[in-house]
Amino acid sequence: MTDLARPIGSRRHGTEVALIGFGLVLTMFAFTSVSAAYSSKFPSGIVSDGLGFIALAGVAHLAVRKFAPYADPVLLPSAVMLNGLGLVLIHRLDLASASRAKGAGVSAGTAAAPLQLVWTVIGVALFIAVLVVVRDHRRLESLTYTAMAGGLALLVLPALLPASHSTVNGARIWIRFGGFSFQPGEIAKIALEVFFAGYLVRKRDVLALAGRRILGLTLPRGRDLGPVLVAWGASLLILTRESDLGSSLLFFGIFVAMLYVATERRSWLVIGLGLFVVGSLLAYAVIGHVHDRVQIWLHPLDPKTITDQSYQLAQGLFGQATGGIFGTGLGQGRPDLVPFANTDFIASTIAEELGLAGLMAVLVVYLLIVMRGLRAAIGTRDDFGKLLGAGLAFGLALQVFVQVGGVTRLIPLTGLTLPFLSYGGSSLVSNWILLALLLRISDASRRPAPPRPDAPDEAATMAIRL
Amino acid sequence: MPVAVVFLLRTVVLILLWGFVIAAVVAVRNDIFGPKPKKERAPRPARAPRPARQAKPSKKAVLPPARVAVIDGPLAGMSVALSSLPITIGRADDSTIAINDDYVSSHHARLVPNGAVWLLEDLGSTNGTVLDAAKVSGPTEVHAGSQIRIGRTVLELQP
Repeated sequence: MTDLARPIGSRRHGTEVALIGFGLVLTMFAFTSVSAAYSSKFPSGIVSDGLGFIALAGVAHLAVRKFAPYADPVLLPSAVMLNGLGLVLIHRLDLASASRAKGAGVSAGTAAAPLQLVWTVIGVALFIAVLVVVRDHRRLESLTYTAMAGGLALLVLPALLPASHSTVNGARIWIRFGGFSFQPGEIAKIALEVFFAGYLVRKRDVLALAGRRILGLTLPRGRDLGPVLVAWGASLLILTRESDLGSSLLFFGIFVAMLYVATERRSWLVIGLGLFVVGSLLAYAVIGHVHDRVQIWLHPLDPKTITDQSYQLAQGLFGQATGGIFGTGLGQGRPDLVPFANTDFIASTIAEELGLAGLMAVLVVYLLIVMRGLRAAIGTRDDFGKLLGAGLAFGLALQVFVQVGGVTRLIPLTGLTLPFLSYGGSSLVSNWILLALLLRISDASRRPAPPRPDAPDEAATMAIRL
Repeated sequence: MPVAVVFLLRTVVLILLWGFVIAAVVAVRNDIFGPKPKKERAPRPARAPRPARQAKPSKKAVLPPARVAVIDGPLAGMSVALSSLPITIGRADDSTIAINDDYVSSHHARLVPNGAVWLLEDLGSTNGTVLDAAKVSGPTEVHAGSQIRIGRTVLELQP
């Protein structure tokens, strides 16, 4: 009976290799295209840096093959493609600022792309380390409260440090010592997702208990509102103490979504949304920073602010408008006119040079990662894995939505990074760790069930085992 | 750079970008519906007798189904005799027909005898149960020759 057919959870290494190859061809071609726009010489870096990146993707693939053989074949190639495209775009912005510095006769700042390549190496190394160390995602469940303590510590650390060690451009979300700087919120996000999953698995039965019915909606009991209020208070605290709108929104959104997944009660979404609206109105009225962000969002072209406060958003919008449907072509636009184009505004760089068509393709790749992540979560046999997978995938989706929504002026700008694309070590490294966890869950969900040692006699029960 | 070269480079980058997206979507599609269309077409000759069966529906409808056969999917080729006991279908080990398929819920559907007829019931599965191209919402009568699709598996009641 076991040889009747290959199990659904068959290995799909060939597909993964082909897709990674496709992503690498794309990266290399984009790299060449950028270089060609700036000099007629054959780009010197393409051999060393290009081969380095190809080797990195190969090592990551081999690690997945060895340590998560049944994992989804689309997740890793998508990440490799986004990371490669990000490196090319960061390099492209480096070239622009170098040529601008040359024109102005000043020395150019440090190039960001080589640093990002170093961070990619670290990210892939940690990706492999997570796959090797976390052989079964269920073992993370025993770390529930350790993850909570660690996540909270990382989250509040910048608020406790003196501003000189924690504040960059108004947001108090950094740990800075000497030349080294790190944004702990990105790692805290993953730790907190582990905590939420472990906590909700234990408490879901209580939180799903029905209370009063109002307007066809079954509300939870009043005394069970504690956890959601704590999460709400904590995210408001991040907002006031650290002026970090993005993390605050992300943190609360992930909690409410996971609460909904755990309990299947729509009332939690309504309560979460209500708390969000109250919190937003409070923040808008009380916190000056938030008030400014909303004003910039509503009036980016206001002549009073366009030269300083809303300059970045306005330039980004002009850039995206210049790009149109098909873009100006790599290296042909002026995305470097937008401040922080390689971190906050990498999406507007894509929209300017690759157009709406390019930005849509990138968003579809994110959609595929999220979809495959949720798919893995559904297929997992244990509740902790389901919740963790759903939380990780939803967190990624929310982050992309908030980030691209800010740049395209759908919602106020918040200052999150675009996963795998934006320049920034902490973001890149933590997204590789997140991907490793998703692959681990995916591997568990697609792995054929181990044969039971005491399988009952087939003829007697007519049970069919694969 | 000449305008034509810029245009060419830009077009190729966009084609590669969307090519990657399409390749990834095809990979996802293969994952859901099986690797090659060829494989799906293969069982069709086996289903050839179906029109003949439908030619005399009045006589066949009277015949009570005697067994449920798996005609497509990982368990294709096996069949279970129908007795007076209900038959459960799902991913869980305690199902009568245990299918190892991502798209099948632990307790997906069941076939329950009701006098001379068999009723098909979906047990709140994630991806639903399809009987002859229609989604099953409540207990539905199943006759000999009807096809039940659950995930990637197709079952048929045979006289």
